[in-house]
Amino acid sequence: MKLTTRLSLSAALVMSLCGASHAETELVVATVNNGHMIEMQKLSKNFEQANPDIKLKWVTLEEGVLRQRVTTDIATKGGQFDVMTIGMYETPIWGKKGWLQELKTDAKYDADDILPAMRNGLSVDGKMFAVPFYGESSMLMYRKDLADKAGIKVADKPTWTDIKALAAKIHDPKNGVYGICLRGKPGWGDNMAFLTTLVNTNGGQWFDTSWKPQLESQPWKDSINFYVDLLKNYGPPGSSANSFNEILALYNEGKCGMWIDATIAASFITDPKQSKVADKVAFAQAPTAVTPKGANWLWAWALAIPSGSKKVDAASKFVTWATSKEYIELVAKTNGWAHVPTGTRKSTYANPEFQKAAKFAAAEKAAIDSANPSDSTLPKSPYVGVQFAAIPEFQAIGATVGQEMSAALAGKKSVDAALKASQVAAEREMKKAGYYK
Amino acid sequence: MNRFIPRALMAPAVVTLFLWMIVPLVMTIYFSVIRYNLMQPDQSGFIGLENFEYFVTDPSFGTAVMNTLLLLGSVILITVVLGTLIALLIDEPFPGRGLVRILLISPFFVMPTVNALLWKHMMMNPIYGVLAQVWIFFGGTPVDWLTDFPLFSVIIIVSWQWLPFATLIFITSLQSMNREQLEASRMDGANYLQQLRYLYLPHMARSVAVVVMIEMIFLLSVFAEIYTTTGGGPGDASTNVAFLIFKQALLNFDAGVASAGALFAVVLANIAAVFLIRMVGKNLDK
Repeated sequence: MKLTTRLSLSAALVMSLCGASHAETELVVATVNNGHMIEMQKLSKNFEQANPDIKLKWVTLEEGVLRQRVTTDIATKGGQFDVMTIGMYETPIWGKKGWLQELKTDAKYDADDILPAMRNGLSVDGKMFAVPFYGESSMLMYRKDLADKAGIKVADKPTWTDIKALAAKIHDPKNGVYGICLRGKPGWGDNMAFLTTLVNTNGGQWFDTSWKPQLESQPWKDSINFYVDLLKNYGPPGSSANSFNEILALYNEGKCGMWIDATIAASFITDPKQSKVADKVAFAQAPTAVTPKGANWLWAWALAIPSGSKKVDAASKFVTWATSKEYIELVAKTNGWAHVPTGTRKSTYANPEFQKAAKFAAAEKAAIDSANPSDSTLPKSPYVGVQFAAIPEFQAIGATVGQEMSAALAGKKSVDAALKASQVAAEREMKKAGYYK
Repeated sequence: MNRFIPRALMAPAVVTLFLWMIVPLVMTIYFSVIRYNLMQPDQSGFIGLENFEYFVTDPSFGTAVMNTLLLLGSVILITVVLGTLIALLIDEPFPGRGLVRILLISPFFVMPTVNALLWKHMMMNPIYGVLAQVWIFFGGTPVDWLTDFPLFSVIIIVSWQWLPFATLIFITSLQSMNREQLEASRMDGANYLQQLRYLYLPHMARSVAVVVMIEMIFLLSVFAEIYTTTGGGPGDASTNVAFLIFKQALLNFDAGVASAGALFAVVLANIAAVFLIRMVGKNLDK
């Protein structure tokens, strides 16, 4: 017993000495447990083979938990992570605070190939602080067979009035088909992501230029009344508990006539392995009302390096590898073009192989190209972001407003009362954060 | 002198335990009176009770406290009553008893999040859930559980999860019933209800107390079930104190308000504990 302990101790000592002499950089990478990221983890073996002096250690977490962990780490200068997966919400905030390393890339990486909307959303004053791993916008996904049966041709850029008329036509709850499915589960990234795009296109905004919340303005009232009425009449029951995954399950079962949500959904609902309606789906741009501005959202999961990191060179090597053209080709070679991370590079969409494999490619690219995070509302706004405001207080405000909206949708509150409560809550948060001095 | 030695010998353990408790508590109290937001490291300083004021004046605060107590009370009541009945039911030997017991205990090994998802999709979904299918089979309109009865749905979900725990404790308690006493009471002509009243229930009192205490500790901080099913909504209909702290603090990265909320939760837990211990303690003294 004693002997083995001694042996293992001395072995450990020897190993640690060896480790010190052989300069090997260990990078800790924090990422989300989405399909694309899990794939990156598998394929990173190739990166380690090409760079034998770098070892990768993965921390894969669920979105909410990841956000808490990386935010706590970066705010307290914890230094646990060398590479962080962050979203379009965090990047401008942290970049402005100087918490992120500016990313300079070479000609081979070809940063100009990145879609401009993504590049702008991940930059502050023209400096890129994170590189997009995959990106998405929102669009309309509808059942072509049902629209044909109703004798309606959906325009490529439909209006909300058209959508309502079509929803009324195809709504058939007796046979288990609901006109339109939309998010209703409370959360700043759940129902508020969709509702903010609806408010934008009705000419509304979160805050005016003096940071006063605008939740009781006419555009908000119009939007929320329209949304509650639409889902009450032509939506599935239980909408106030539905977010992306719940609706995806309904859609794949053929229960939804229309759905406006993340473009990433397109690759799932057209996959015959999981969707019963894979061959009946068609795509169009997200519907508009008063203005096309901000009618479809913009989101990216991107890789960033915390400033003050001691391993910037190795970390830069990794983030450029994971977001390069070569990586996308590697995924295509391994799993096929239908499974590559989309929404990041022009070259991906220009590839004929990809166009063949992804029916939704053209609609997705048009949606991403039409989004502009720095100009997404009709009246001027002081914040960046399409379906969110990139300020630290937004998560809490979005969560509270999201709850009020779900109450309005469930019929527990009138729309006006819910908006009033939202306005009070938003003003409280902004006051506490010291916006009104 | 003879008292001093055992005390001195126990001191290291006692001091360690005390530090284990007091250091985090003092830190929490300290954080709760300063301005400490992770996202705004430039703003700091002593602000007195502002964090508490901010937490308590939240419009959802009253609802959250009520919901916490309702959830706690209902789940404890349901699990203790049903747990007792089930334990009595499977106390007598019958063929296949082992299998039935395993089935009864299995829900306890399902993770809270998974349990919530099971109920949300398989059981309570108003379109394809099992309960909706039952309603449709009998020609009714399916109940939209999570929209119309959010808190009640959460109570059902959590009760389902904790019922096996209560049952398990009660079964073990019944194992130690004095069979001779039961025999004697039967000889004296006591019927089952009288046996229940004078033999079974008094015998189980201690385990009931244990179940109530342990469940209370865990149920005050129910979070995963609410987060995955209703997200605290619709409105704040299913928000409890734990969820309110999450919403206010973790989404805001405001450690100051979070600490104030946590201290409030500690106070609430103590109030609930005092009442419960009183109630249970009375039973134990008999």
